Amino acid sequence: MPLLKVDKLTHYFGGLRSVDNFNLELSENELVGLIGPNGAGKSTVFNLVCGLYRPSEGSITFNGHNLIGRYPHQITSLGIGRTFQNIRLWNELSVIDNLRIAHFSQIDYKLLDSLFFTGRLVRDEQKVTQEAMDLLDKFNLVPYVNELPRNLPYGIQRRVEICRALVMKPSLLLLDEPAAGMNQGEIGELINLVRWVKDEFKVTVWIIEHQMRVIMNICERIQVLDFGSIIAEGTPKEIRDNPLVIKAYLGEEVT
Amino acid sequence: MTLDFFIQNFINAMQWGSFLALIAVGYTLVYGVLLLINFAHGDIFMVGAYTGYFIGTFLTNNFEIKLPFDLPGWVVIPVTIVATMFITALVGVAIERIAYRPLRNRGAHRLYLVITALMFGLLLEYGNLALLGASDRQFPNLFDKIIYSIGGITVTNIKIYVILLSFLIMGILWWIVQKTRWGMAMRAISYDRLAVPLMGISVDQIILFTFVLGSSMAALAGIMYGTAFPILRFNMGMLVGWQAFIAAVVGGIGSIRGAMVGGYILGFTQIFVAAFLPSTYRDLIAFVVLLLILAIKPTGLFGVPRRTKV
Repeated sequence: MPLLKVDKLTHYFGGLRSVDNFNLELSENELVGLIGPNGAGKSTVFNLVCGLYRPSEGSITFNGHNLIGRYPHQITSLGIGRTFQNIRLWNELSVIDNLRIAHFSQIDYKLLDSLFFTGRLVRDEQKVTQEAMDLLDKFNLVPYVNELPRNLPYGIQRRVEICRALVMKPSLLLLDEPAAGMNQGEIGELINLVRWVKDEFKVTVWIIEHQMRVIMNICERIQVLDFGSIIAEGTPKEIRDNPLVIKAYLGEEVT
Repeated sequence: MTLDFFIQNFINAMQWGSFLALIAVGYTLVYGVLLLINFAHGDIFMVGAYTGYFIGTFLTNNFEIKLPFDLPGWVVIPVTIVATMFITALVGVAIERIAYRPLRNRGAHRLYLVITALMFGLLLEYGNLALLGASDRQFPNLFDKIIYSIGGITVTNIKIYVILLSFLIMGILWWIVQKTRWGMAMRAISYDRLAVPLMGISVDQIILFTFVLGSSMAALAGIMYGTAFPILRFNMGMLVGWQAFIAAVVGGIGSIRGAMVGGYILGFTQIFVAAFLPSTYRDLIAFVVLLLILAIKPTGLFGVPRRTKV
């Protein structure tokens, strides 16, 4: 059984068909890329899967659960984590607090506990802080725990965001253009990071990316989206050699 | 100005500022998560005062329906406070569910939400007028008034309780917002709402929680107001609510610290203007001062300019 099955997904923005008959099956521990020119509908596909948009037609099944009609927070709780194209950390809260908030649904102390400052509250908060610290440690982020994200270099911010997405212990991780705005050195680190995350946390990774270096290096399978529909699908090598893709999207970028 | 005179007015200003601060906090909390000026909030304060009036009158055996026994004060006071906060919180939550959430879910522009809030406030006010009539209500004596005279200063025990209880409650609120998971989620919503559900947090649940907090603060302010100034009138919510709203804006709407400070600034200005000038000048001068503060710092004292993105 595939982990994620997207079937005949279609979505309209007003009269514009932004996603047209999109199909995908993701198996466990796969690393699959989604590429395509700007405005092809890639982020819209992610938003549909996360429940931020409602599809007009089609079905999305994750781990045996039908996702259509569920709220974003429910879908996240089923085990789908994601990052955003423009990093969406809470810039006014420290790195550790960003992670602590992501623990929200894993804590169970009640409102009365906070009013009377009970032992349960203290214990839970300590546990959350410890778990967050452990996770940050794995990502080598401990030196930044008390910094505000906006004061950190871009590559570090992206690492914090991926780290935060893993707090919920997802089985599927969606990365929306993680390399956007990175320099070549940072891109190299990111490639290693994504591979490491996939193995260390046993997650399936679905990645949108413009940087061919990232996509061609790490993806086992690539889908190409143009005007909302899939125009090609295959291994990096097949995509690289596909004349349709070169015409629609890659142009002179790949030589 | 003698010292006695100053201290006397200082205590009065602390009491009045506490009412305004407690109500202002409710405006600012809701603004923080919804970017909505909840104009019905002043009337939630009125609902709190009237709920406290009915529960207090009933428990002190002054209502038409009598209890077969008299309850001691140490039972009446906490029960009145807790029950009033609970019922008022329900009213606040009901407004959010009935009036705001359906509009929000259908993507209505914020302006329509604000107008809805304004109308819901009026609805509460004139609903009260229609149901309870135009006559004023006398708030029950929950505790015996004791007047202390020290030198030229007279202080009632009620004033002291009001000031202390307000500080305690605002301290608890501060703690909840800064340290607990609900408070942190509230702040996360106010900074970037989109990322919140993708951390498995239900935004609607946090919004409800915010209304519970804000409304129960207003309920507490209502009971204390009724105890200090025992005449209740159907439009009291509007009169006090507008002032608290302005206090929240001067402090920087969205900032809890700002709402508290703003409440006391307005309270102090009003009381001290009235101490030196004819009391008819009180509000004129108080609001001129607030206008000047806003002219110098348009985001309010503790406010930060907000990015309008999303």
